[in-house]
Amino acid sequence: MAKKTVEQQETVQEVKQTAWDIVQIARHAERPNIADYITFMCDDFVELHGDRLFGDDRSLIGGFATIGGEKVMLIGHRKGRGIEENIEANFGMASPEGYRKAKRLMKLAEKYHLPVVSLVDTPGAYPGCEAEARGQAEAIAHNLEFMATLKTQMVIVVTGEGGSGGALGIAVGDRILMLQNAVYSVISPEGCASILWRDGTKAALAAETLKITAGSLKSLGIIDDIIPEPKGGAHTDAAKAVAAVKKAVLDNLAVLKKINLDTLLQQRYDKFAAMGRF
Amino acid sequence: MAWFEKAAEAPLRVPTEAVWTICPSCKAYVEKAEWKATDKVCPRCNYHDRMGCRERVALITDTGSFKELNAQVGPNDPLKFKDSTGAYADKAKATVEKTGIGEAVLTGTATIEKIPVVLAVMDFKFLGGSLGSGTGERILLAAEEALKLRRALIIVSASGGARMHEGIVSLMQMAKTCAATARLKEAGLPYISILTDPTTGGVSASYAMVGDLNIAEPKALIGFAGRRVIEQTIKQKLPDDFQTAEYTQSHGFIDAIVPRKEMKAFLAKILRYASGAC
Repeated sequence: MAKKTVEQQETVQEVKQTAWDIVQIARHAERPNIADYITFMCDDFVELHGDRLFGDDRSLIGGFATIGGEKVMLIGHRKGRGIEENIEANFGMASPEGYRKAKRLMKLAEKYHLPVVSLVDTPGAYPGCEAEARGQAEAIAHNLEFMATLKTQMVIVVTGEGGSGGALGIAVGDRILMLQNAVYSVISPEGCASILWRDGTKAALAAETLKITAGSLKSLGIIDDIIPEPKGGAHTDAAKAVAAVKKAVLDNLAVLKKINLDTLLQQRYDKFAAMGRF
Repeated sequence: MAWFEKAAEAPLRVPTEAVWTICPSCKAYVEKAEWKATDKVCPRCNYHDRMGCRERVALITDTGSFKELNAQVGPNDPLKFKDSTGAYADKAKATVEKTGIGEAVLTGTATIEKIPVVLAVMDFKFLGGSLGSGTGERILLAAEEALKLRRALIIVSASGGARMHEGIVSLMQMAKTCAATARLKEAGLPYISILTDPTTGGVSASYAMVGDLNIAEPKALIGFAGRRVIEQTIKQKLPDDFQTAEYTQSHGFIDAIVPRKEMKAFLAKILRYASGAC
């Protein structure tokens, strides 16, 4: 009887969960990050470094991976865990080198006939002086063009924060999946609040208005599927959350691999062309 | 009351608007007639002031050659967005009525020194030239028209970035427009991007930066992140020339900076070099 009451309370809490609550879960320090996905989702991972032009961005990493026997190219943002790693990973805010490395690895995936799995979790591309000087805009823009015509299967999973152009720079694909408590937005709720409400404290309202949760994005036709999370969020049971992502990735790859490449590319074009056509 | 005790009256105000244009950059007073004769270029500091899309079309195409396409495509309000200043739907409607251009980009076919092209010209007056779903759709359709007619595509950008009021749908327009320019490139057709003041955010990080040639107007603001955001992030003041066309060219992202007066002749020259591709 007492147990039932607790369950009832939890149900009530779930109903009351706001977009802003979900933002907090998406940003949770203990939320599974790319290191966890590599450890728990991959049988093998060979990290590949560098963009061959300037450097090796630690905020966006990638390499060969084997997921449930499937050989893939895995790329993804890296936030790190703990302050030292956070700083090394620049809190997951990638520089042009990161986007150019991702492009290089995706090109390699095409050459070796490997599908690309891209894990998105970033507050946004790094807004810094050097990033501008080395062409943050150009790096992201060229990735968008490149991914639109990349001749291999691409599965995108927004695992945490999908922060604007910094997220999109590795997120054009055949399937776009989102974890239940992930968010994906054109601008951070805080940024939107300070611009459109001229009041940074209105972030919760902005989050609601921007419709950035998985449920909203599914009904807007932007994402294909929502991956369920353990009750309370992925951080409460990382193993279970990662297993759900692994299953979703493998299921989608199996479907995509049956589609002829020309058809796949046409479908990818049509998918994005239809976005915002009402 | 002595004269020196007399309360200061409202400062002497001369109705300058009728006679003078004040340069937005150097604040010089320029006679209206001269401002018009120079196509809104300041004779003192060479600032190239923002230009309406129809003025721009008249400037770079052969007289009477422009035929608008897809005028019926307008803004959408997928989020039913409302902020402290009101509903986006109302704002969009008022902007359409006020500007008479239907979206932040005007698209159509035209000739430049008798060379047929497809043209898309953005207008900053329309919600800051923001990239909304209607904007993206018009650009995609323009690129598809260029593909169909086997002509060069020219896009003149003037935009603060993605249109926040359309949330994630506006972010996806970056991917959508780049999918379209990617197809042009696969077909071997020329795409020339002209970046005018300002070209920032989601527009610089998508179609504006991926031209076969990226051409800029002198002193145009070109960049990814806003100056204030960067200053807040790095806690330093940025140099005055940061993110100007000249800065962007010196870092390798702009082929040529072309004064407004010479733009049409320059485009014609480039199109003649590119004629083998059409």
